[in-house]
Amino acid sequence: MRCEQLLRILGDYIDGEIDPQMCELFERHMAQCPRCQVVVDTLRRTIALYREGELVFEMPLPFRERLHQAIRQRWQEKFGSQK
Amino acid sequence: MWGAVEQSDAELVERARAGDLSAFEALVSRHENRVWTLAKQIVRHDEDAADVVQDAFLTALEHLQELRDGERFGAWLKQIATRLAYRVLEKRRRMPTQSLEALLNEGAEEDEEHIPHPELIADWRDSPEALLQRKETMRIIEQALSELPEKYRAVFWLRDVEQLSTRETAEALGISEANVKVRLLRARLMLREKLTQIFGADASQQLISE
Repeated sequence: MRCEQLLRILGDYIDGEIDPQMCELFERHMAQCPRCQVVVDTLRRTIALYREGELVFEMPLPFRERLHQAIRQRWQEKFGSQK
Repeated sequence: MWGAVEQSDAELVERARAGDLSAFEALVSRHENRVWTLAKQIVRHDEDAADVVQDAFLTALEHLQELRDGERFGAWLKQIATRLAYRVLEKRRRMPTQSLEALLNEGAEEDEEHIPHPELIADWRDSPEALLQRKETMRIIEQALSELPEKYRAVFWLRDVEQLSTRETAEALGISEANVKVRLLRARLMLREKLTQIFGADASQQLISE
């Protein structure tokens, strides 16, 4: 397997969605290709940063209040006054 | 009442379907910030994002009976929010002078086959865990993400951050699964490139000699 071919299935490999034969070819290539090793490693670190980074913003209070108000109102319209 | 043990999404969905408003409100509280963040990623504007979030939850409320697997409530909600967010973008792009043909061609698939070669081959000095200890890391990764073309950013957000499946992502964006995979790979490689510029070991310390 050449670096070029590896690039195409890089995503599948990292996501564990690769069949065993391809996986073996992939890893055999990596064993003798330091450049590809680094690419795979830094790609994994990139994804990990975003997964573990907990990138979440708080919805500002005025919007939140408007949202919950709208939910209650629609619920009333739809179900009448239930609990 | 139950207090101590947190109910799962599936349990809350079931209670909501039975007419329990507090259960639905619990779902809203649980997911609103994530949906807000997703909406902001796509529409990049607070008022529009707030509208998207509200419409998404109201849509979920209306169609709750149609959700088959209550455990996937979050993913389903984000699919709804994604489609609503794109409707906002489409409205923005539809200029009166734009011909219908031009508008249709905007969504046309470019040559997605070519995957750009990684250029910066440098290992990072620190692990993700170590990097996340530092205050500026969040700003750096947010910045890098905001620089991605929107169609790559959206796929990356849904797949790698929100952990939607390839199929769920494809449905949310109205593209093929193959397309999701190609865009995801491009997004990941672009981010890797940007972050390696910042986090990569110095040229003098590179493992690989040129």
